[in-house]
Formats: sequence, structure tokens, C-alpha cells
Amino acid sequence: MALSFRRRKSLSPRVVFPNRILPYLLVAPQLAITAVFFYWPASQALYQSALREDPFGLSSKFVWFDNFVRVLSDPNYVNSVQVTAVFSLATALVAMAVALLLAVMADKVIRGRGIYRTLMIWPYAVAPAIAGMLWLFLFNPSIGTLAYGLRWLGIAWNPLLDGGDAMVLVVAAAAWKQISYNFLFFVAGLQAIPKTLIEAAAIDGAGETKRFWTIIFPLLAPTTFFLLVINTTYAFFDTFGIIHAVTGGGPGKATETLVYKVYNDGFVNLILGDSAAQSVILMAIVIALTAFQFRFVERKVHYG
Amino acid sequence: MKIQYVATGIAATFTLLSTSSAFAVTEISWWHAMTGANNEVVETLSKEFNESQSEYKIVPVFKGTYPEALNAGIAAFRAKQPPHILQVFDVGTGVMMAAEGAVKPVAEILSMGGSTFDKSQYLPGIVAYYSKPDGTMLSFPYNSSSPILYYNKDIFQKAGLDVDNPPKTWPEVWEAAKKIKTSGAASCGYTSTWLTWIHTENFAAWNNLQYGTQENGLAGTDVELKINSPVFVKHFQELADLAKDGTFKYGGRTSEAKQVFLSGECGILTESSGGLGDIVKSGMNYGIGQLPYEPTAEGAPQNTIPGGASLWVFGGKSDEEYKGVAAFFQFLSQTEIQARLHQVSGYLPVTMAAYEETKKSGFYEKNPGRETPIQQMMGKEPTENSKGVRLVNLPQVRDIQNEEYEKMLAGEQTAQQALDNAVSRGNAAIQQAIGN
Repeated sequence: MALSFRRRKSLSPRVVFPNRILPYLLVAPQLAITAVFFYWPASQALYQSALREDPFGLSSKFVWFDNFVRVLSDPNYVNSVQVTAVFSLATALVAMAVALLLAVMADKVIRGRGIYRTLMIWPYAVAPAIAGMLWLFLFNPSIGTLAYGLRWLGIAWNPLLDGGDAMVLVVAAAAWKQISYNFLFFVAGLQAIPKTLIEAAAIDGAGETKRFWTIIFPLLAPTTFFLLVINTTYAFFDTFGIIHAVTGGGPGKATETLVYKVYNDGFVNLILGDSAAQSVILMAIVIALTAFQFRFVERKVHYG
Repeated sequence: MKIQYVATGIAATFTLLSTSSAFAVTEISWWHAMTGANNEVVETLSKEFNESQSEYKIVPVFKGTYPEALNAGIAAFRAKQPPHILQVFDVGTGVMMAAEGAVKPVAEILSMGGSTFDKSQYLPGIVAYYSKPDGTMLSFPYNSSSPILYYNKDIFQKAGLDVDNPPKTWPEVWEAAKKIKTSGAASCGYTSTWLTWIHTENFAAWNNLQYGTQENGLAGTDVELKINSPVFVKHFQELADLAKDGTFKYGGRTSEAKQVFLSGECGILTESSGGLGDIVKSGMNYGIGQLPYEPTAEGAPQNTIPGGASLWVFGGKSDEEYKGVAAFFQFLSQTEIQARLHQVSGYLPVTMAAYEETKKSGFYEKNPGRETPIQQMMGKEPTENSKGVRLVNLPQVRDIQNEEYEKMLAGEQTAQQALDNAVSRGNAAIQQAIGN
């Protein structure tokens, strides 16, 4: 099969395929995957969100937007929105700040650089649920090693009953797992910064802190922005396993994020309509968030 | 080319032959949620049944935790490929019962197996819980348990408490717990698994208090919760007060507190009789007592209600398959099997004969306390308050209760507020679930 294409005479960089069908054939597998794994379930969720059904699907009633009205007027849902905001912000901030600090430190190391970096990347390979269990064991008020230390320091540590403690625990576990990923990108970003700029600043008499904030940090902006998007979506969607393993949304509803609530209402409480309505809202939030980030935040990012 | 065709033909014939010979054995799928020692029991039982005859083959499949197994079953039903048998935990009973048309009553299946179904063979308290209001038994009780009190004899000794007389009432438990804490015998006096099942549902039945209207949901689905009556409030306020200085320690919503007891942190535990296996395994010097009752409640102690799980059979299968299911249930009901299950696992025997057999064998004399959960359940004829709790959305109502209890134990609200909230939120959820 000979693949031939020619450039237009106008020297436009666009590639033109003479064959009309072949391009469609080439993208067909990707389209099929998107259709089966995204559009189809998404449309099912949309349909389900307008139904009121018993768990077994034996009787169902079309109720238009009733489920949305109920979900949005539920104070527990509002609570869940707040919890998600706090959790996502804290997780993204902690994960990125710590990763940046470590990356800057690792950049300075000359001997054994490779070993440090490899070790730093390891936690990324740990599954969320396992990461959750690790932190749970460390901080379990009865048997946790670190919980024992906290108690010894006189801190009343009880994530089983104290909502704040529980939040700290899930944020720590979620951030810890994401630090490695962020670290990797920050290291790469740091390496891309021309040494001459930093040296010039050093000759001009700028101290280390000054150099970081005026040269390195602004030049890292594209990486930081990219990671901000990735970390927010991570905190939104990929932390279910951690919350499920560590707190189960409790105590009270202190760590029930939007995603956890979708699961809890749908799979534990078996209220399928409410659960579907929540996932539709979640879908809208994510689309809006991503669009916002790319349209408004990205413009202000300086790509060197 | 030709040789290839012939080869394919032969291969196809072989496949046909081998599948048709497999058709002679009817496969029965059994989805369950048993882990550890209890999973081994499931595997052994299936193997024994498969070896005992050649017509049917039970295929057990582990499907995760109780809620996960229930969900897997529901999803499979919606996809029109349900298993034959699904193990559903006690709280899922209302969910399954509401699904008329999806399930086939066990009473019907057992009579399809040839033998007539005799309800009197089974333990009445358990059968009543898994039956429709008209008395038709809907699911097969597989593992039933009841909450009891466990105590650490070494800690009792250290605290100067009577090692042979565990506390019988809640005030006695509080006294003992305080003594354990103040004497320094352990850092916490009392802990409990499942505040919903033990301190709410069983607390109501054991003290003959109303949990909800409509006989706690057994007579109808339109239930109004009644768990904020004065005796409940008194009990939960006492728990909350003891939680302040750590005399009572909260472990979590399900059976996490068992670890706190096993590690020797707390001296007294209330837990399911099904949790016995782990306590025996730990090698602790333990004792068993009745579930404590509230002396101010009239008619207490009444009787406790069963927990655990039962086996449900999905509809829409062939008669041949149902006969296989019936044969398996007959096999499970055998006295020998039931007696062994009961003695190994701490779950209750399902048939009267197995209970009598275990009694005769002298098992209870050798293992004091093991008869306690049965006596608790069978001691008195059940009243309207003590036949069980059945709500179409009991998992959700328990969730609400847990949330309110946690806020109470964290000192954010009083017992009265917690129970009032649990009632109003619970009632709203029930109304939504039944479609009002």
C-alpha cells in the first residue's frame, strides 16, 4: 500500500491526502474506541439521569430533570462540592509544591543523580488503593506507627472521628502518590532552562532565591500549567481508590468528594437516577474546567 | 488448502463433541462474598457437593465484599445474565425482596427438587427474617449470626473484675469499662463493631423497642423510623459521654473495632458471633457473654435478630437448573454439614436437627458461650419489634445513621440531635426509595 501525498503549491504546511476514504479508515479505530468507551457510556448516563428506576430495572419512569433538581437542592451535595474543592486544591498544591522543591534539590545533586531520581519516581507505580492502605496503616489511630508518634507529641489524632484529620490523611496520601509524576516533569523542565541565563543572573549578583523566583520559576510556567491541569483532574477522578480505602467518605461526610458520592449513591445506596445525574453534572464540570484552563489560564503562561 | 479444511472440520467436530459431553453436567453458578477461612468453607462445600453426584456442578465465584457482590448480581441481572445463586447480606434482604419478578422463592425451588419443603426443619427466627409477610421463604439462610459480647479475661483479671461473670446490662458494661480504664488494665474499656446493626437494630429488638412502624418494615415498605425514643437517646448519650475520655473507643462503621479488641487495646467488645473465628485464631484468653440489655426497657431482654447472609436464586433459568439448585440446598441442609459449619465458623446452624446434634455431641459443654447466640435468638417468641428490620434501602439508612453517630462521637452534636437527624434524614430517604 503506497501512501502518497503532496504539498500544495502555496507552500502551506497542510498535508493533503489524495484518497478520500483512507484518512477515515486510519482514524476509524480511534473513533470506534472513543465511541464505545466514551460517547456510548456518556449517552447512557444522560439517559439514566432522566429516569427513576429501581435497582433491578424492573420498573422505570421518565422524570425529565427531577433527579437534577433533587441532587442540586440536597445540602449533602453542596457539602460534597465544598469537600471536593478543598481536597483538589490541597492535593494539587501539596503535590506540586513538594515535587518542585525536590526537583530543584535533585537538580543540584551531582553525584548519584540517577539513583535519587529513580527512587523519587517509584511511588508513582503504586496503585491508589495500595497507597491508601499504606497511609492508613501508618496513621491508624490504634496501630499506626506515625499515629503513635503524633500522640506522643500531644496531638489528638483521630481521623476516624475528626473530619479535619481525615481530610489531612487523604490529601497526604493522594499528594504523595502524585509527587513522583510531578517531580519527573519538573526535572525535565529544569533541564530545559538554559544555564547561560542562570549564570548571567549569578554574575549580576542575584542570589539563589532571587534567581529561582525571577528566572527559573517563570520559565517553568508551561510545565507548571500542564501539571496544574493534570493534578486537578487527578484529584478529581483518580483518587477514588484512596478515599475508598482510607475513609470511605467519612467521618460524617467529611471526605465525600463528588466522585465518591456518585459511587456511594449509585452502588451502595442503589439510587441510580441520582447517581447518573451527579455524573452528568461532574462531566459538565470537567468540560468547563478544562475549557476554562486552556482558554484563560494558558494565555497568561509564557512559553519560552 | 484442502488439508486445512479437513483439519478445521475435524477440530470443529471435536469441539462439538467435547461441549456436548459437558452439557450432560448442568453447571450452577454461585456468586459469593466470603473471604479467608469462610471462603475455604465455600470451596470445600462446592467440591464435596460436586463429588457427591454427577448431574450438577456448583461453580463458586468470589465477587468482592457484600455490597460489591450484590451490585455484581444486580448488574448481571440487568445485562440478562444473572448467576443462579447470589449470596446477599442481611441489609440487602429488603432490596432483593422488593425485586419481585427478578428472584425465585427458595420455597418454590426446594419443592421442585422433588422433596416437599418443610419449614419447621429450620430455625424459626432465621426463617421468619427471610420470609415474605405471608410466610413464603424467599432465600436460603447460609450464614447467620447474632451479636454477642466478647471480653478479654486477662484484662478483666488485671482490672479486678469477675472473670467468670461478664457484664449483663449496659450500665454494668459502662462500670466495667470505666474500671478497666481507671485501673490501667487497658487504655480503653469498651469498643463495638457495627453501631447500626448492634446498637440500633439489635438494641431495638433485644430491648423490645420499636425501630420503625410497620413491624420495622416486615409488614410493609412505608416505614417511619422511631429510633429517637427516650431509651435510644439515653443509650447513645451514655456512649457519647464515654467516648469523651476514651473509655469507649469507636473503631469504624463495620467490623474494624475487632482489631482494637484483638490488639488488647480494649477489654470488652460487642461483635457478631461470626467474628469468633478470628478471636479464636488470635489465641486470646477470651470469654463470651450475652449481648447486654437496657434494664430500664420493659421486657428486656427479648430476642436478638440475625445478621449474616442468605442465598438468593434468580428467575428465568430452566427447570433442570433449578433442580440442581434444589439439590445443592438439600445438600447444605444436611444435619452433618450444618453441624460442621456451625462448629467451625461460629455462624448459627440453620436447621433444628443440626442444633440438636451439636447439643448432643457435647460441643457446647466443651465450648462455653457458643450456644449464646442461638439462645439469644430463640429464647422468647419474637414480638412485632423483634422479628427483624427490613427496609428497601437499609444500606442507605445505615449510612445516614453512621454519619450522624460519627458527628455525635466527635462531640459535634448531642445524642438527641444525632438521633433526630437520623430519623428525619432516614424517613426522607425511605420515602424517596419507595417512590413518593
